Amino acid sequence: MMKTPLLSVIALIAVLSPPAAAQTPAPRAAGAPKELRVGIVTLLSGPASSTFGIPAKKAADAWVEKINDEGGIGGVKIVPVLTDEAGPGDKVVAEFRRLAADEKVDLVIGYISSANCVAVPAVAEELKVLTVLFDCGTTRVFEEAKYKYVFRTAAHTGIDGIGAARYLLAAKPDVKTIAGLNQDYAWGRDSWEIFSRALRKLKPDVQVVETLWPKLFQGDLSAEISKLLTAKPDVIFHSLWGTDLASVNSQGRVRGLFRQSLVIHNNSAFLFKEFRDLPDGFVVGFRGTHWPDVPDPARNPLQKEFIERCTKKFGEPCGSPHGSYHMVQALQGVKTAYEKAIKATGRWPSVDDVVKAFEYLEFDSPSGRIAMGVGGGHQAIEDSLYGTVKLDPQRNQNVLSSVRVFPAKCVNPPDGVKTLDWIDQGFRGAQCP
Amino acid sequence: MSAGLTFTYGVVRILNLAHGNLYALGAYMGAWLVLGWGSSAMPVLSYLLLFAAAVFIGVTAGPLIERLFLRRVYGKEEEIQILLTFSILLILEDVIKLVWGVSPLFADKPYIYMGHVRLGGVDYAGYPFLLTGIAIVTGILLWLVVTRTRFGKVLVSVITDREVSSALGVNVPRIYTLAFTLGAVFAALGGAFTAPMFSVVPGIGAEVIVVSFAVVAIGGLGSIGGAALGALLVGLARATAVHLFPELDLFAIYLIMALVLLFRPQGLFGQVQARRI
Repeated sequence: MMKTPLLSVIALIAVLSPPAAAQTPAPRAAGAPKELRVGIVTLLSGPASSTFGIPAKKAADAWVEKINDEGGIGGVKIVPVLTDEAGPGDKVVAEFRRLAADEKVDLVIGYISSANCVAVPAVAEELKVLTVLFDCGTTRVFEEAKYKYVFRTAAHTGIDGIGAARYLLAAKPDVKTIAGLNQDYAWGRDSWEIFSRALRKLKPDVQVVETLWPKLFQGDLSAEISKLLTAKPDVIFHSLWGTDLASVNSQGRVRGLFRQSLVIHNNSAFLFKEFRDLPDGFVVGFRGTHWPDVPDPARNPLQKEFIERCTKKFGEPCGSPHGSYHMVQALQGVKTAYEKAIKATGRWPSVDDVVKAFEYLEFDSPSGRIAMGVGGGHQAIEDSLYGTVKLDPQRNQNVLSSVRVFPAKCVNPPDGVKTLDWIDQGFRGAQCP
Repeated sequence: MSAGLTFTYGVVRILNLAHGNLYALGAYMGAWLVLGWGSSAMPVLSYLLLFAAAVFIGVTAGPLIERLFLRRVYGKEEEIQILLTFSILLILEDVIKLVWGVSPLFADKPYIYMGHVRLGGVDYAGYPFLLTGIAIVTGILLWLVVTRTRFGKVLVSVITDREVSSALGVNVPRIYTLAFTLGAVFAALGGAFTAPMFSVVPGIGAEVIVVSFAVVAIGGLGSIGGAALGALLVGLARATAVHLFPELDLFAIYLIMALVLLFRPQGLFGQVQARRI
């Protein structure tokens, strides 16, 4: 008899209590500024904007709102200063200087283009502006240089190719011949180099029967597909994006390319709505566990909240998994580093305090636990996610099947070792399941 | 696309850089119509929508550009004409973003409906054969219009001597508008019917105009037959290079252009003396 009223009281207290975050707003750190001005630099125009830049902007909108709803960082609200990344490198560097000098930002989160990620760090060091590279892939940033004020909170492209090679050998261990179809610029060349080298290290008898280099945004890939259909490789690896990705999907599907060969794509930066039209049997990979089901939202509250916030704000997930998850990782990294620095110093931290806190930091994100594990603690490592597109006849829609997650230490070299050297050394120290 | 570019040049004597964005407008309008009203229950409707998109863009954007802008620079220095058409290209690029945004439009159903055919042991998509058919029919129609109709004869007279034609009572400005509109329809037709082969994104106009210039430079500026031959040579050069020397596919196109210009600067079918189309 006593149980019912007691439970009712507990239930009433639970219902009337505000959410945990609102209940305990972050206390304002001593010496804290009125606001934390964060330059957000992403592609808002140009051919890469729809797939990479706009999803990142949407994610920034949703996640800054969440952080501010919860009291900001150390009691300070974030004020984003949005800037378009499009344009030549000198313009991007000039915009960085403008953000620092005119907009007086406290830090910059930005850059999708690898060229910009190579150009901006030197200026960031000169101006002593904390800069978080959120999405670009080139391995060069921290493998060929050292920076104090620059961090990258997403994995570099090494995991795309190594993950692809490992997935391929799991899915098709008897592979004998491969072909490459990659856009003729640094991204395409690097992607092929890492994948083909990793695969041949893992399975030395694999033969490369064709390497094709279409121009960026060529669109019509009829000649290349004809060549691949006559070469008949067991596996075709490509890193195409934008209009070229759409072309190979529709042209290749009609012409039987996906029936003839296993087609594997690294770093699949398609929009969620584009996933509906991908060909059956197509292997897609992600630089990090960036998929609505992986990590499981039931086990990762940040993943659940990210999906819910985007859906509530935009009526759908925040665009492509690539740009959107990486943007949230950057914001989570910055928040955790600031909070760690506040805790360590007992006041609002200087930029040097934040840098110290950021090095070798680990933080939670919708993609799971992220570690700033390499590049002297400035470069994140992530798990690699690969899966196969499969049409679910019951739901009449595509699902990601045969999903495999390769742990970060299985696909990333140890700190201080360059990716290609690690591959050549036979992945020494790799921790794979 | 190249036929429209060379036709426009043949008549109004302006190398129209904005031609690429008339192509892009056609592609956007075609993809947008197919996505909105195309139906798998009636595939032929999708092709009609693509055609309607091209005609709509051509007959609206063509006269507008010619009357508002180009009419003011006829006979002026080529630098001014090129700068003007480049400005129009940039304006149209932003118009496209304002109307359709920056997200790609992907309307591949007309491509998929055509299925594939097997030739020599390799599957080829059926859609490019349709495009080839459309290109041939368009070329023949254009040739018939120019050589067999009254409009064509008047057009040739205006091209040959604008002043004499005007003195004989020909409404030259009207002929210019009609010719430019026809060129715009060709550009939009190219855009609308190639749209199902890839996703339509901002910037496709600038991409395609570069190859079109190579085609008309090989064939000879102002020559429709030359444009057809140029397109054939460029296509064959690329396909051959992809099969034999994949690293050199773009080089092959421009090598042919360089060789043609070296030995025949006016292009294969270009006329140095007479102004012909």
